[in-house]
Amino acid sequence: MKAVVVGGGPAGLYFALLAKKANPSDQITVIERNPPDATFGWGVVFSEETLGALRDADFESYDEISTSFARWNAIDIYFRNSRIRSRGHVFTGISRKVLLNILQRRARQLGVDLVFGQEIGDLAALREADLLVGADGINGRVRQAYAEVFRPTQVLHPTKYVWFGTNLALDAFTFIFRRNQDGLFQVHAYPFDARTSTFIVECGEETWRRAGLDQASERDSIAYCEELFGEELNSRRLLSNRSLWVNFVTLRAETWHHENVVLLGDAAHTAHFSIGSGTKLAMEDAIALVDALRRHGQLEAALTDYEMDRQPVVERFQAAALESSRYFEDVSRYERFDPQPFAFNLLTRSGRISYVNLTLRDPAFVRSVDAWYAAAATGSANGAGRLTPPPMFAPLRLGALRLANRVAAAITGEDTARNGSPDEGHLRQLLSAAETGAALVLTEMTAVSPDGRVTSGSTGLYTVEHAEVWGRIVAAVHERAGARIALSLGHAGRRGSMRPRREGIDRPLRQGGWTVWSASPIAYTPRGQVPRAMDDGEMRKVIRQFTEAAELAGGCGFDLLELNLAHGYLLASFLSPLSNQRTDDYGGSLANRTRFPLAVVDAVRSRWKGPLAVKLSASDWMLAGFSLDDAVTVATALKHHGCDLIHAVMGQNVAESRPDYGRMFGVPAADRIRNEAEIPTLAAGNIPTSDEVNTILAAGRADLCLLDWLDSTPQ
Amino acid sequence: MNVGIGLPTTIPGTTGEVLVEWARKADAGPFSTLAVLDRVAYHSFDPFMALAAAAAVTRRVRLATMVVVAPLRNTVLLAKEAASLDALSGGRFTLGLAVGARGEDYKIAGVDQRGRGRRLSEQLEQVRGLWEDGRIAPQPDGRPGPPLLVGGSSGEALARMARYADGYAHGGGPARAFASAAAKARAAWLDAGRPGTPALWGMAYFALGAGSAESGANYLRHYYAFTGPFAEKVAAANLTSADAVIDFLRGYRDAGCDELILFPTLSASDQVDQLADIVS
Ligand SMILES: Cc1cc2nc3c(=O)[nH]c(=O)nc-3n(C[C@H](O)[C@H](O)[C@H](O)COP(=O)(O)OP(=O)(O)OC[C@H]3O[C@@H](n4cnc5c(N)ncnc54)[C@H](O)[C@@H]3O)c2cc1C
Repeated sequence: MKAVVVGGGPAGLYFALLAKKANPSDQITVIERNPPDATFGWGVVFSEETLGALRDADFESYDEISTSFARWNAIDIYFRNSRIRSRGHVFTGISRKVLLNILQRRARQLGVDLVFGQEIGDLAALREADLLVGADGINGRVRQAYAEVFRPTQVLHPTKYVWFGTNLALDAFTFIFRRNQDGLFQVHAYPFDARTSTFIVECGEETWRRAGLDQASERDSIAYCEELFGEELNSRRLLSNRSLWVNFVTLRAETWHHENVVLLGDAAHTAHFSIGSGTKLAMEDAIALVDALRRHGQLEAALTDYEMDRQPVVERFQAAALESSRYFEDVSRYERFDPQPFAFNLLTRSGRISYVNLTLRDPAFVRSVDAWYAAAATGSANGAGRLTPPPMFAPLRLGALRLANRVAAAITGEDTARNGSPDEGHLRQLLSAAETGAALVLTEMTAVSPDGRVTSGSTGLYTVEHAEVWGRIVAAVHERAGARIALSLGHAGRRGSMRPRREGIDRPLRQGGWTVWSASPIAYTPRGQVPRAMDDGEMRKVIRQFTEAAELAGGCGFDLLELNLAHGYLLASFLSPLSNQRTDDYGGSLANRTRFPLAVVDAVRSRWKGPLAVKLSASDWMLAGFSLDDAVTVATALKHHGCDLIHAVMGQNVAESRPDYGRMFGVPAADRIRNEAEIPTLAAGNIPTSDEVNTILAAGRADLCLLDWLDSTPQ
Repeated sequence: MNVGIGLPTTIPGTTGEVLVEWARKADAGPFSTLAVLDRVAYHSFDPFMALAAAAAVTRRVRLATMVVVAPLRNTVLLAKEAASLDALSGGRFTLGLAVGARGEDYKIAGVDQRGRGRRLSEQLEQVRGLWEDGRIAPQPDGRPGPPLLVGGSSGEALARMARYADGYAHGGGPARAFASAAAKARAAWLDAGRPGTPALWGMAYFALGAGSAESGANYLRHYYAFTGPFAEKVAAANLTSADAVIDFLRGYRDAGCDELILFPTLSASDQVDQLADIVS
């Protein structure tokens, strides 16, 4: 076989040497535009698994690489005049130049033809080889030449970053967060040999402009950063190497091969530098491609196999890298955190490391986080050195209400209520939820009026008889299980007048149904009842029903009242532009769409003395729908109107949307609302184990969690 | 976990005689369910016809479609076929539906592929409604109709499943993949506020006995050719030994699967006997 490789970076060189080694009779040429020693950047980091893969693929180069490594096991986080160190991680770093030199030597030794100083423009001549490998990096010609086949997409990240070196020898992966008059800057720094470290500075675009860095020369940029991080640099210098401020670009391509052309490494995909995996992915690509070529006699099969093998791995890294980059883009959201939760949040940002993982790596660090959490929860002095529970078992205060732990359990209605009245079944369900040990149990959504019920079997709180039964249930939960109980109160709106939910939901009642109301006359499902648009009289009536129910709830002894502004029920139908197409004061702008729900909240707040929660669908999961940004705005308003807790859920404002039920799917919403609207949140949605609960709480993404298995445990 | 077996309705060259013989053996064996796949533009049997024949020669085993491509079909006729099959078999039927993955099926049926998800949602609602009001059922006995499953891996499919169906039909893969899909299915169910829990069904392929691995793999490559390179993966995952089957069953059971259907890749009826030996 005759193969031509465009680009002599880690991907191209490693592919060339592995291919030549696998089949010495092959003729392999690498064409690199730069001279052998010229390379941008400083050091790169590898993980343990990558090293294992390199060892198996080519022991000779692995041996040389591993003797040139800097190894370390700590992460340092500089934040608000403190340094937090987390140990027990494993990192190895190497200078990019040294790595390339090793790969070049090894390639030459095996008989690869290395051509330097030649920039490839036209690919036509190269296509005559049996295989053309595009390993020419993020701006690669090869991908661009067949863009209509590869279908690349590029996402420009909003922050600016620059890749410096420094003669400061670090002994930890170092994150520095520093705010000055221009804004917030962060540093990602790590050693790569005994004397030198990589020092990446990142900041938001506005900060960058305010600091004049858009106009600054390379020398000015260095001077600015040296001054800003003088303390951490300890009078060492920043070194440049074509160090320009740029935006990171995440590149994806639909396919990575076309006829006899294949893409490797950064030419095919990039993943944000904050999880340090670009070089690793590039070299793993090379291993996979050579393996595939060896396994399949036919080129098409080999290239397909390579792509199928690598795409899922790369997608996983890109997803984690995206989480990580988002964290850094939005890190100002967490600036008010204390150092312990700030550090914990940073370490668990990409979703790959959890509370349990960190406990195994660094028990002392997690102990200090637990101690901080317990102290913050109880308002006592930091309990460092004392035995403290994990965050899940720390108490929570909401106004006058004290919850014994951070776990809530919700009831799914069985639709057995008659005329809205709860029965023995409800009592049993709520008691068994409380007996799981969850500090708080939530009722099913209970209607403020007969027309506010979802189904003919939904519970309600609109008669004195209802209040009596609820009062008995509340007392039983208090006395027999020692838990607190929240009434989830709502009006079904256009999702009302449905059949019992055993055999499916949103299926209109055939007989005995009632007229349904919504913001606008749009049916929830194509065959559903077209609702009537709420008019002034109906709005006044609904406000009165909510306040009456809230008063009854007070008499029943409920500990918390939750109002439903979620899942497409009446109040949520006003919030979503997909269900609210009114042209009066209650439609159009977000402020207008929020007007009626807020009027209900105000009316309830004036009659209900206890803590008030709102269940809010934080996104419609639709492009033109209610968005997470909108949810933050609404949550801020709710806070100002006396709401104490947001129970963040997702979707269901419209029947057909693009939901994602992945692990912890509601947590990003709980996180943003908590830390941007600055109001406590209850997180929900595919939270399967206590590990997720502890991770969410310790990272400050929510204050309370609904644990899924509690809800799904058979009664 | 229950273990069911597939009928070889999509294996080219299978005769009606073989199908009937296969169904008899399955009924006598340790299998909970006899299931069929659906494909139009292929040398395969109609799923309802095949199950009707099976219903006639079996007494115990449950019958299921896993899955029928609903948007290709007229909804009322689909509901009637399913109700008929349920009545014919004395209430042993489970109807699994999905949008299907093959463009050719839509093309040959003259149905627009766009909007197929929304159409399936409507069909699910309608099918249930038609069963319940009894106007089209052969025996208007007031039963709610056969259990409904929905297949598909997207969030939309899971939402649809939680809204209208009784359970989830997974499309195959290692136990790990099943476990993660099952967790999402349960989450979707809980999120929708449905009481109870969804039934979780899984599937896999097998080929047992000397020399059968190769022809089994060839069949799968052909059957899945429309997926391109993915066909190779499916072929490689074929369960070709007793140990492989046992490991797989264990993995699925631990992942929370309620009903696992093993589909044949050869139509020789001794495949039923060999699988029966392992499963019992
Ligand atoms: C700030 C920053 C920090 C990073 N940190 C890390 C880290 O810690 N760990 C890590 O693993 N990765 C890191 N990376 C990513 C890493 O640098 C890349 O992912 C990796 O270099 C990809 O290797 P490659 O061989 O695919 O591409 P490259 O290294 O980009 O190599 C492409 C080569 O092709 C040559 N070339 C391009 N066009 C032509 C042409 N037309 N003709 C001839 N030659 C051509 C180029 O000169 C270059 O030598 C970081 C990246 C950035 C930006």
